[in-house]
Amino acid sequence: MDAIRVENLTKRFNDFTAVDHISFSVPGGELFGLLGPNGAGKTTTINMLSTLLKPTSGRGEVAGFEVLKDKDAVRRSIGVVFQEPALDTKLTGRENLDFHSMMYGLGKEERHRRIEDVLSLVDLQDKADVLVEKYSGGMKRRLEIARGLIHWPKVLFLDEPTLGLDAQTRRHIWDYIKKLNIEKKVTIILTTHYMEEADYLCGRVAIIDHGKIVALDSPHKLKDVLGGDVVSMEIEGNAAPLLEQLKSMGWVKSLSLREDVLRMTMEKGERRIPELIQEAQKAGVSVSCVNLRKPSLEDVFLHFTGRTIRDEDGQNGRRRMMPGHGR
Amino acid sequence: MKLVNTTVVYVLWLREMKRFLRAKSRIIGSLAMPLFFLAFLGMGFNRMAVPGLSGNVNYIQFLVPGILGMSLLFSSTFGGLSVLWDREFGFLKEIMVAPVNRVSIVLGRIAGGMTTALIQGLMILGISVILGFKVRSLPALALALAAMLLITITFLGLGLIFASVMKDMQGFSIVMNFVIFPIFFLSGALYPMENLPKAIRVLSYADPLTYGIDGLRGVLLGVSSRSPAVDIAIMASFSIAMVLVAAYAFEKSECA
Repeated sequence: MDAIRVENLTKRFNDFTAVDHISFSVPGGELFGLLGPNGAGKTTTINMLSTLLKPTSGRGEVAGFEVLKDKDAVRRSIGVVFQEPALDTKLTGRENLDFHSMMYGLGKEERHRRIEDVLSLVDLQDKADVLVEKYSGGMKRRLEIARGLIHWPKVLFLDEPTLGLDAQTRRHIWDYIKKLNIEKKVTIILTTHYMEEADYLCGRVAIIDHGKIVALDSPHKLKDVLGGDVVSMEIEGNAAPLLEQLKSMGWVKSLSLREDVLRMTMEKGERRIPELIQEAQKAGVSVSCVNLRKPSLEDVFLHFTGRTIRDEDGQNGRRRMMPGHGR
Repeated sequence: MKLVNTTVVYVLWLREMKRFLRAKSRIIGSLAMPLFFLAFLGMGFNRMAVPGLSGNVNYIQFLVPGILGMSLLFSSTFGGLSVLWDREFGFLKEIMVAPVNRVSIVLGRIAGGMTTALIQGLMILGISVILGFKVRSLPALALALAAMLLITITFLGLGLIFASVMKDMQGFSIVMNFVIFPIFFLSGALYPMENLPKAIRVLSYADPLTYGIDGLRGVLLGVSSRSPAVDIAIMASFSIAMVLVAAYAFEKSECA
């Protein structure tokens, strides 16, 4: 059975369309990623699927229940880790978990057992009785992931689970997420604007931009769309004749020029580099640097949207600060 | 599904208690203002003849129920508005995404806010007694407790309504200056309402706190504009209405 089914889901805020007729479905047990820049509509999608926001139109189904009609059944079937911490910092970790399990109607004994289980899953047993305001960012995230699991959810939503964490902590969180998905067979929907994260974790990725899904497949297949390797050359001089020449060559699959960097995709790139340099010399363009790599999701994003995800971040200003201090 | 989930009410209450007991500075801070009012207004005006006071009641005696009402007004409204802090710090989402009905959440909030406001109220009453305020009898104290309870429920409801309508803390000072202070000054907490112009006195009839404080004076001092039974009946109606509107507003508010 599909854990998630979304058809033409749309959310409009006044005249701004945050999510624009998206459709996808996620089979049970999958680790599914929504990848896109800030403001693409990922969080809005999660908020609609977790019953916090009412869709403008379209339908969404979670664990077999409709998000509009059967809110409580949906709420019982999901665990959510929000982008910004949703912990009571004046309570201890254990008290936060206790609060959650009582809200979800767990009995006393089951509660104690579950809390120990999830605490050990995220290695927080030692810190369970410390006030959350004393926790680091990574510990808060782990506690929230633990909390999201207490009531045996069928589907776990993780909204930017590693936002604002350092590289090492991010690795740890990734490992926990993977472990969960494999050992506990929980369906996980994860949003991220980190390419590596989607690539490393997700079975399938939907690339979302301006509220629309522009591509959806496994990271591997998405990268295959580009056709081989990415070769970039830093050039100087008039590039126009060179571009014309390269476009006429059958093996150059795609080609773009940004700020003196010519980026092409082709198969067996390493064998083509000498030829590329020759062509450049013939066209009177000097090459100062050549780089060859396997394509990343970043390239896939560029391919489908014409922009890099980092451009988008710049446009949207600096990232939202994480609250969670004080109170 | 059950209309009221007692576990949910209990766990929300428990959370509020834990937070309250851990915030010692908050308790002291909340007691400071009413006690300063009581001390300075009481001392400053004690020798003055306030027109409208009946002979055997001096100003301090008159003031204590008023300050008690003030303290309940402020702590309850803040208690209701504390949903805004939860919204600000993200915790509201954790509550809203849980499979529990919104009525239980509102009642849990009220249970928590009520307990903390009442504890503060009783502390002020206790200090007033130490300072020389005389409570007539034990039944009078019990009735006063009932009046205090109704005041807190009413204004917790009001705070919750504002918290549901407002999206962030921006409107907080507007609510303070244009709602809470007028409620306070119109209630007759500091002076007998009979001294105010008639047009303003009419407004005070729409102010729930007017009946709350009058009721408190009635049971604690035996001096009031209306019979305490009438005051308490009116307060009870206000509190029920406020809770219903608060539950409705909270249900309608989106938190994402």
